[in-house]
Amino acid sequence: MPITEADIDKIAQLAHLEITDEERRALTPQIASIVAYVEQLNELDTSAVEPAIGGLTPAGERTETTRDDTPRPSLGQQLALAEAPDPAAGHFRVPKVL
Amino acid sequence: MNTIERIKERRASGVSVREVVEPAVNAAESLNETLNAFLQIDRAGATKRAAELDASGETAGALAGVPVAIKDNICVRGLQTSCGSHILGNYHAPYDATVVERINQAGAVIIGKTNCDEFAMGSSNENSAFGVVRNPWDTARVPGGSSGGSAAAVAARIVPVALGSDTGGSVRQPAALCGVVGVKPTYGRVSRYGLVAFGSSLDQVGVLAANVRDAATVLSVIAGRDAHDATTADVPVPDYASELTGEIKGARLGVSRALLGEGLDAEVRASIEAAIEAYRELGAEIVEVDLPTAPYAIAVYYIIATAEASSNLARYDGVRYGFRAEESENLRAMYRRTREAGFGPEVKRRIMLGTYVLSSGYYDAYYLKAQKVRALIKDDFRRAFETCDAIITPTAPTTAFMIGEKVDDPLAMYLNDIYTVTANLAGVPGISIPCGLSNAGLPIGLQLLGPHWSEAILLRLAHAYEQAHPIDARPPVCAASD
Repeated sequence: MPITEADIDKIAQLAHLEITDEERRALTPQIASIVAYVEQLNELDTSAVEPAIGGLTPAGERTETTRDDTPRPSLGQQLALAEAPDPAAGHFRVPKVL
Repeated sequence: MNTIERIKERRASGVSVREVVEPAVNAAESLNETLNAFLQIDRAGATKRAAELDASGETAGALAGVPVAIKDNICVRGLQTSCGSHILGNYHAPYDATVVERINQAGAVIIGKTNCDEFAMGSSNENSAFGVVRNPWDTARVPGGSSGGSAAAVAARIVPVALGSDTGGSVRQPAALCGVVGVKPTYGRVSRYGLVAFGSSLDQVGVLAANVRDAATVLSVIAGRDAHDATTADVPVPDYASELTGEIKGARLGVSRALLGEGLDAEVRASIEAAIEAYRELGAEIVEVDLPTAPYAIAVYYIIATAEASSNLARYDGVRYGFRAEESENLRAMYRRTREAGFGPEVKRRIMLGTYVLSSGYYDAYYLKAQKVRALIKDDFRRAFETCDAIITPTAPTTAFMIGEKVDDPLAMYLNDIYTVTANLAGVPGISIPCGLSNAGLPIGLQLLGPHWSEAILLRLAHAYEQAHPIDARPPVCAASD
């Protein structure tokens, strides 16, 4: 599947990236060549293979990963807001949404 | 040499923590103009911590008084965590990563945060927003990546050990290119709580060290179940250093001849062949193994890692922390401008690729296909480990390359990880150790891969080789020894 500059614009939009004309020109052949490279996977017949999604090790899968649903200390409002670019009255302030 | 053992001996003879830590901080500062290995050097914090340890008289911890450097994608409370990116702005972590908490409990003194490829995406450190790290063996060359700052800091003998992270080889490959030891543990062996996420099904915190024993000591400290990271497994943690018996007679070492073919530098190949012979002389049995799907590993990796990265890096949007682009007319524009200005080219490229392979209509063709081939790669390893205890390969196909040599060809850069990515895909542990110097005087690394939870065996095999074939050369850029 050839990748066009229009595809790159669509992907950038999905990824919340505002790319420049120069970036679009550079990225189009780069992404196209990487996609062409990864398409070598089509040489392998995987029709009978279960995808490796989930725990990677049997011991990991056996490990209990739940905990009691009880409140625990957390970062707290003051620390959580300490690194915010624009905190206001205990909230994260952002530009208007619409 | 400045090893953990040597530091302990010096401490026992009355040397203070301050006398150990101060020269390390001095060396970090004085060599940083040349190496650019550190993004932050915490002289004040390290001095204060050393004074506290001296006042307490505590010497029992496994890392008591040992200066350590931490890759800048691992959170240390109060210090910066930039991940080598502009998008985190002036972010300072409000908490310690579990690995940091554990090394601190063991008595370590953190002296600073090390440079890395932006969000750990790279094999040369050229993707850091704060400039490339230079290889202590030849400053015109890359240190490898992405944990290049940690590897350079250990190679230059600034610190005996450093922490890094390994998603596709980011501990082992820079270890090889800088002539140090690098350990990537089993998936689930070490907590990632406080490690900035890149590829969550691949990421592991790893150790860089000047020798195998020190790597083993640190691994015992940081490994084990952590309630803050549900992927850590409930598997007992051995005292890895006590497993270094030097005895490897009868160990079965797997060799895949197919992996020693095309694309491998002749000097690296010769060095690995010599190491295989050395293992035979040490009493190991060499067996041929077949990893038929290994050549597909890079393709699988660059689908899965970028897909996971595109999801993990969605959080950098200028709202809660880090950099925000000014003067945006609405929220969406603010997200887009912040990410455009904050991320570097390689991170954008990977976010774009990851977004593409996950996008509607392409998921089955790329992401699902890659996860199926990943299952085949896991199965290759499972079968291989029925006939051997560990597999030996080169760590990287070449020695350290020149700065700038591969920056314009992302695919050529990705192929550097051909020997390392398989371990992350299969969740198995790997270790890189120095096995020689090229004619140009550049380090060559060999890699040992083992089944899940086989770190003790890998470390024992690595240690036996290191004892039989020590490399005494030091890099031209190096801290003075004590």
